[in-house]
Amino acid sequence: MTPRRQRMLAVGLALGGIAIAAVLTLRALDDNMMFFIDVSDVVAGEYPADRNFRVGGLVVDGSVEREPGSLELRFRVTDLRCELPVRYTGVLPDLFREGQGVVAHGRMAGEGEFVADTILAKHDENYMAPEVAESLAEHVTEQTAGLRQGSGECNPQ
Amino acid sequence: MIPEIGHFALILALSLALCQGILPLIGAHRGNVAMMSVARAAADGQLLFIAIAFACLTWSFLQSDFSVAYVASHSQLALPTVYKISAVWGAHEGSLLLWVLLMAGWTVAVGRFSRDLPAEFAARVLGVLGLLSTGFLLFTLLTSNPFLRLTPAPVDGADLNPLLQDPGLAIHPPLLYVGYVGFSVAFAFAIAAMLSGDLDQRWARWTRPWTTVAWLFLTIGIALGSWWAYYELGWGGWWFWDPVENASIMPWFMGTALIHSLAVTEKRGLFKSWTLLLAISAFSLSLLGTFLVRSGILVSVHAFATDPTRGYFILAFLGIVIVGALVLYAIRAPQLDSQAGFHLLSRETFLLLNNVLLVVAAAIVFYGTLTPLLYDVLRLGKISIGPPWFEFAMLLPLLPISLLIAVGMHSAWRAQAPKPLLQRLRLPALLAIAIGILVPGLIYGRFGLLVSIGTMAAFWIMFASLQEPWRSFRRAKGTPAITRAMLGMSVAHFGVGIFALGITLVSAFTVESDQAMQTGATVQNAGYSFELRELRDVQGPNYQAIEGRVEIRKDGEFVGEVRPQKRQYLVQQNWMTEAGIDAHWNRDLFIALGDQLGNDTWSVRIQYKPMIRFIWLGAFIMALGGLIAITDRRYRGGA
Repeated sequence: MTPRRQRMLAVGLALGGIAIAAVLTLRALDDNMMFFIDVSDVVAGEYPADRNFRVGGLVVDGSVEREPGSLELRFRVTDLRCELPVRYTGVLPDLFREGQGVVAHGRMAGEGEFVADTILAKHDENYMAPEVAESLAEHVTEQTAGLRQGSGECNPQ
Repeated sequence: MIPEIGHFALILALSLALCQGILPLIGAHRGNVAMMSVARAAADGQLLFIAIAFACLTWSFLQSDFSVAYVASHSQLALPTVYKISAVWGAHEGSLLLWVLLMAGWTVAVGRFSRDLPAEFAARVLGVLGLLSTGFLLFTLLTSNPFLRLTPAPVDGADLNPLLQDPGLAIHPPLLYVGYVGFSVAFAFAIAAMLSGDLDQRWARWTRPWTTVAWLFLTIGIALGSWWAYYELGWGGWWFWDPVENASIMPWFMGTALIHSLAVTEKRGLFKSWTLLLAISAFSLSLLGTFLVRSGILVSVHAFATDPTRGYFILAFLGIVIVGALVLYAIRAPQLDSQAGFHLLSRETFLLLNNVLLVVAAAIVFYGTLTPLLYDVLRLGKISIGPPWFEFAMLLPLLPISLLIAVGMHSAWRAQAPKPLLQRLRLPALLAIAIGILVPGLIYGRFGLLVSIGTMAAFWIMFASLQEPWRSFRRAKGTPAITRAMLGMSVAHFGVGIFALGITLVSAFTVESDQAMQTGATVQNAGYSFELRELRDVQGPNYQAIEGRVEIRKDGEFVGEVRPQKRQYLVQQNWMTEAGIDAHWNRDLFIALGDQLGNDTWSVRIQYKPMIRFIWLGAFIMALGGLIAITDRRYRGGA
């Protein structure tokens, strides 16, 4: 094979492979990409209905309820403006505590309840997931500054 | 006093690194022998002073000198001695010190073993390494000095992150770093070749052993990290596609491609410019990994924006290294054209495919790791990309590779006649197909397309890897034995087969269940019964724990007992899961305590993981293959 044809072959193979990989992976990406959505937005009904997404905030003090004898539990998560009930079945991460930051993956079921398939709490008391920190900070600023009339209050759907 | 000595030693090392980075390069350009000969002495001195600095920091940790800010925030009095030592590289500042230490070690080794190389070339290699070292030492001293004092000194330190208090994690970063830093040698060889404009097959022969050593350490380092994540994080997974893990696998893919492309360059003088490009990318991705992990950009794009000094420094360094190398490449690459050709069915073609697929694999990881950052920077929303995507996307390049390895290994350079190849591979192929179809069903009771393909590919690779060593073993007197290089390749590929088998079976036949268990209760999982015999309190050196005693039986027969713990570390008040693992060559039983549900009742995670040991075993066999290959006769004695 001449060097020229060799190069053509190399380039052709590379481009072909990359093109196929790109098409397939981008299509798969669509199903596996999860957006982080503020609790307030979820409560206001602004969430993707047919796919998984992430919510995060603080676990409301005193809101954790367990089903006796099973791994099912319910709690509420707040972004300091709205609260969202969450249901989860399984083993919780080490740092899941009331009053601590948490991120849940899952989707909305009926009756305004978020059904989580994964719960994440970071492995460091000082460290909160950046999305959660930002979401909380936004609402704290709103409330303390008393911005627009009605902001800082929860506006459910 | 001691920390100040460390600080000064580091500054002296920086001055020596500057000498090593500038004088030999000028000397090589002008043909000035005196200037070139500075390189080795400067490298030795640099290693000495960095070693002194490292010893000083270690001393501060051993003495619990909490007036040193870095010690105060990553150690405490009750920390066991071994973790006081590993805490030296347990966080950012110290790990950089380890990085420059290893880099100086590599440089001295290059200096020692390059005496047979042309003087100009050796001087250029050492000079480039000196420039890289200058960058890292500057970074350490300007933005991440581990010797800064803290006044007033606290009475006790803040303790090392409990996750890091583990033997696996104590040795994982040094090994990983040896690998990362080792690619800087391949990079320096590439730059030196481009500076001199002289890149022949000898160049590839010099570069190969260095690259292989770096690669084998990176392989072991990644495998240990994965093993650590498996038993320490408490989830029973062995790879999480976490950005930090991705940062290490990208250079690995590139380094693996580089090793294979160097083989072509050495044997046939082909793929020269491609090899250079891979050498540049392997090291650049090591740097990018450091940037991602160390700049805080992964924690949050905004955390990066609020304290950008470190991030900007690495970004600038990364920019200089990559842009500089690529400009040089653009100037020189066109002169490196080679006229040799090869047939479509030949080893060259398969190595080319290997390279393309490995680069695609690295590109996929790159894309999946950086896309969330891009979304955040462009304010398109905060996304995360889940492991299922990576798992699917990785199949695209890695499945074809695993099917092609056997054919490539048995193809000749230049041109391979189809018939003998077919003859040689027929038996292993048929055996592998039979096993691939039967094994999953007979042993694990379930058939599946992907499982069968995976098992088949794994056995095909293993059988094909054994053919050459077997032939050599049974050869007639007087015929040549297999070379070390061939043997190393066979062993490494056998490791790939073992690894592929492990992944296939773990992904297909893992049984997981989360249960609520009371003391005395028994749970069935994957044919085993698990009885929670008792729960008791245990006191550790710097933690207290609740320990479960779980007895495992199969068909009434005693299999083993494990003691999973839930630990609370006293200083940081963190809870940690310490899984109980009953390990066996063909399966692990993984038991972890979840949370307390009530009196004597805990949620318990029980997992059956078939063949999971094969994943790490395979990686170690790959590294062993690399080790065998570099002992080949032709790497001894240099040019």
